[in-house]
Amino acid sequence: MISEKTIIKTVSELYKKAVINLNEDIKISLEDALKSEDNELARLNIQTILKNIELAEKNNIPMCQDTGLPIVFVKLGNVEVENLKSSIEKGIEKATEEVPLRPNIVDPLTRKNTNNNIGKYIPPIDIELIDKDYIEITIFPKGFGSENNNALKMALPSEGEKGIKDFVVETVLKAKGKPCPPTIIGVGIGGTSDLAMKLAKKALLKNISEKNPDPTLETLEKEIKEKINESDIGPMGLGGKTTTLDVKIIKAHTHTAGLPIGVCVQCWANRYATERIYDN
Amino acid sequence: MINLDVPINHNISNLKAGDVVYLSGNILTARDQAHKRILEEGSPYDLEGAAIFHAGPIIKNEGTEEKPDYKMVAIGPTTSMRMNPYQSDVIDKGVKVVVGKGGMDESVLNALIRNNAVYLVATGGCAALYVDAIEKIENVEWLDLGMPEAIWNLKINSFGPLIVGMDSNGNSLYK
Repeated sequence: MISEKTIIKTVSELYKKAVINLNEDIKISLEDALKSEDNELARLNIQTILKNIELAEKNNIPMCQDTGLPIVFVKLGNVEVENLKSSIEKGIEKATEEVPLRPNIVDPLTRKNTNNNIGKYIPPIDIELIDKDYIEITIFPKGFGSENNNALKMALPSEGEKGIKDFVVETVLKAKGKPCPPTIIGVGIGGTSDLAMKLAKKALLKNISEKNPDPTLETLEKEIKEKINESDIGPMGLGGKTTTLDVKIIKAHTHTAGLPIGVCVQCWANRYATERIYDN
Repeated sequence: MINLDVPINHNISNLKAGDVVYLSGNILTARDQAHKRILEEGSPYDLEGAAIFHAGPIIKNEGTEEKPDYKMVAIGPTTSMRMNPYQSDVIDKGVKVVVGKGGMDESVLNALIRNNAVYLVATGGCAALYVDAIEKIENVEWLDLGMPEAIWNLKINSFGPLIVGMDSNGNSLYK
């Protein structure tokens, strides 16, 4: 059995890693963007971001003060785990104290802070069952400067690919500089309203260098990205070519009467960390 | 590059949208809850010439609850538009510099013009970089609002880079 102690330690370490060490693919993407930018303020913003990423690692501190709302993705195989729910919560509490993280979780109406990053239905834990001999945990701290710009459209089937493209572009253009561009845009197509939003979020866990295996989606991703980057919103909304680093789409089957489109906006700090635990 | 001392005690209408600025002196953090309470109850700090920073820092208490010893861990800007409903009234109380990210609305631009004040943009998400300019936490008010929402009075040295996003002549990089 995988012990409570192991889960607590893993969750806490993953949270710490996620908020301090940005994944390499984003860094490379930002460096590439800097090479192609000629707008002076855009260049200053990207240079500041790259320097910040370096300082976070060097000084072992969170790259952003908004250490997010804790989102947990679990792939659960044929293993036995001790107190999975409470162990995840304890891991988050431990990270909150030790990293430290900012206590971000409040009552939606009284706005009273719980001070430990745990609350009613928080962290949301997504469980995907897999036929493997391990459990895989991903900690995905979501900042709300970007999360506040998400959108859902229950489109008509007749709107098709053009409808998808228009809605995603419209959502990102409306957000302007608010979500800390350069952004990464996750899109979920199909399913139900909640599934489309969930897939939009999961799409952000794909590596930027990873090509979409579905050629139709790959073309759609490319076209949406081009259209967004023509907007001149630029880094932090101060102009430039780099409004979004990448667009990632996941699709699910859906009902014959519908075409749900979910859009999840992510700032440049696309933070997540994953680990597999085997039962041995 | 322009170095500015805050609080401001001279005319800053020469600052133009697009200028890069570094601040030294004292700055007050304030988010939506603090802005709301400033308007309801008055500010615990003198706002004449003050610089306000839309930020919710990560702060560690290395002392006890009775005798706190606060240490700044990370600090960066939060999305300014959440303060749109309160900002112009707060600027009318004497604030000369507002630091945040993402831009603000027309009512704020008009308040900047009216009061010869500026809106500066910090690069979002860069808390590991901006924390280097924080020399000291002088004190804190309204901690009952929670760590992110409290007003932290910070001593800063060469805090930047910040870009003038909206100036006192009505120019805005967000238009």
